[in-house]
Amino acid sequence: MTPVNTLIAKELRCFVVSPVFYVVGAVFLFISGFLAHLMVVNAGQQALRFLQMQNTYAQLNLNELVFRPIFHSLAIVLIFLLPMLTMRLFAEERKLRTMELLLTSPIGINEIISAKFMSVLIIYLGLLGLTGLTPFVLSFYSTFSNDPILTGYLGLALQGAFFLSCGVLASTLTENQIVAAFLSFGIIIVFWLIGGLGSMLGDTTLGVVISYLSFVEHFDRLVRGLLEAKDIVYYLSGTVLMLFIAHRVVDSHRWQ
Amino acid sequence: MISVQHITKRYGNHLAIEDVTFDVKRGEILGFLGPNGAGKTTTMRIITGFMPASEGTVQVAGFDCFEHPQEIKKRIGYLPESPPLYQELTVTEYLRFVGQLKRLPPSRVPGRMAQVIEQLGLGSVRHRVIGHLSKGFRQRVGLAQALIHDPPVLILDEPTIGLDPIQIIEIRDVIRGLAGSHTVILSTHILSEATAICDRVVIIDRGHIVAEDTPAQLSSRLRQSEKISLTVKHPPDNWRERLSTIPGVLQVIQGPTPETSIIEYELGQDLREDIAQFVVNQGVGLLELKPLSLSLEDVFLQLTQQDENLAHAQEDSPSSHPSSPVENRTQA
Repeated sequence: MTPVNTLIAKELRCFVVSPVFYVVGAVFLFISGFLAHLMVVNAGQQALRFLQMQNTYAQLNLNELVFRPIFHSLAIVLIFLLPMLTMRLFAEERKLRTMELLLTSPIGINEIISAKFMSVLIIYLGLLGLTGLTPFVLSFYSTFSNDPILTGYLGLALQGAFFLSCGVLASTLTENQIVAAFLSFGIIIVFWLIGGLGSMLGDTTLGVVISYLSFVEHFDRLVRGLLEAKDIVYYLSGTVLMLFIAHRVVDSHRWQ
Repeated sequence: MISVQHITKRYGNHLAIEDVTFDVKRGEILGFLGPNGAGKTTTMRIITGFMPASEGTVQVAGFDCFEHPQEIKKRIGYLPESPPLYQELTVTEYLRFVGQLKRLPPSRVPGRMAQVIEQLGLGSVRHRVIGHLSKGFRQRVGLAQALIHDPPVLILDEPTIGLDPIQIIEIRDVIRGLAGSHTVILSTHILSEATAICDRVVIIDRGHIVAEDTPAQLSSRLRQSEKISLTVKHPPDNWRERLSTIPGVLQVIQGPTPETSIIEYELGQDLREDIAQFVVNQGVGLLELKPLSLSLEDVFLQLTQQDENLAHAQEDSPSSHPSSPVENRTQA
């Protein structure tokens, strides 16, 4: 076992004994199930209305009526839930002085950061995978196009990874877990809101740049089933950038 | 094995240690002694590679701390001031984790774990969660963590802190047992501990090394005269004056009880026989005659107080310029 794998295994071990993990997991899965239920019931009512009004069997699109709203709502839920997973990663190590063990072990800071990030990513992708039950069950009763669902899940995975990297950065900045959680809400919400600012500025250069910086339009494209390289590049570079800043922060603690 | 060359560490404007230089030979136990806040932890953290020095270099086993930090880290077992324990892991899980983290070959992990658990008496708590252990056990798990990868160099920051007297003796025996095969630096502010386990002592105060020698050499070096404590059964009235007449005696002082006198005589002489002869001739009932050696406590106090006087002298000197204190005050 390499030191990175050791560290990932230890983080996962700490997650499964921590109540935070179960609370976050339960809330996330409950919300996603509840949303799916609401959207399906809503789609059923619309179908009935179409049938009564026009007396025809309208072409109802489950992708638009069910999955797209679910993806958008889950993305917002993630803003509030993922910081709970990342808050302890470094804040706790600093508080309990275990950072001293990691930094005096033959393992680099980049390995520590990537191991911690990988561990929360595994947890998150596991939870996200469980929500796949909704399209799986619905596929028995209805037909819908699979591609937007796959790109939607890709969007949620990339968006989640980006949020987690913001959380990792926030956790390196403080010894207090609550502060770390709020700080990562802050960082993520700034990236969310500048999307609004970008669309206000419209087609000006500044507007385009700001819109690009926000995840809103990138996520929107992925949910609509558009797979474009620039969106994937956006998420990957954002995630790497956040982890890189986290690396600098951890390194700078050694000099203080 | 360990060579610390002119290291200085600044935290902003605060100078934690300045120009600290010392060497530790293979198999030696070096005691790092000083009052709290003297710079012991800072020096140890620099040797372990936890933090870099502002100036100067450290070499461990021939590797430079800037060029090969990972090679040094592989060879050091480090017990920080507060043991770095994960509360939610059990003792065995924790030790396996640290062993793997320190790149101990997988085939050696179970054997080393069994060995350190045996060595530190952790058998009864091996499957318990660390968060539920008493402070003594946690400290021992901390030490086990430093030993797990069988490092040639051990850096122990106050290893016996928070332990009860029996545990202290056990841990000291463990550390003593490492001498020869391991190079150990241990910090303490308990002087008797340094005398009990260390081959050599470095005394640090306010970031400077004030003395470096074996505990025995240190106390003899600072002694200005030989002292003997004499107890007799029936001291006559002018007993101390009578004692001063012995040739070679410099001074006779009253001891802790009326029956006891402290006789001081010149360094390098041995008056014990003369004194004993004199007392027997006087017929006052000789009860005890023992040489007084300077304890490490005395050495330590002498050295750190000398340093303090020096520091005061330095602080006082700028105040002779009338303008400077006023300036300081206005800035504040």
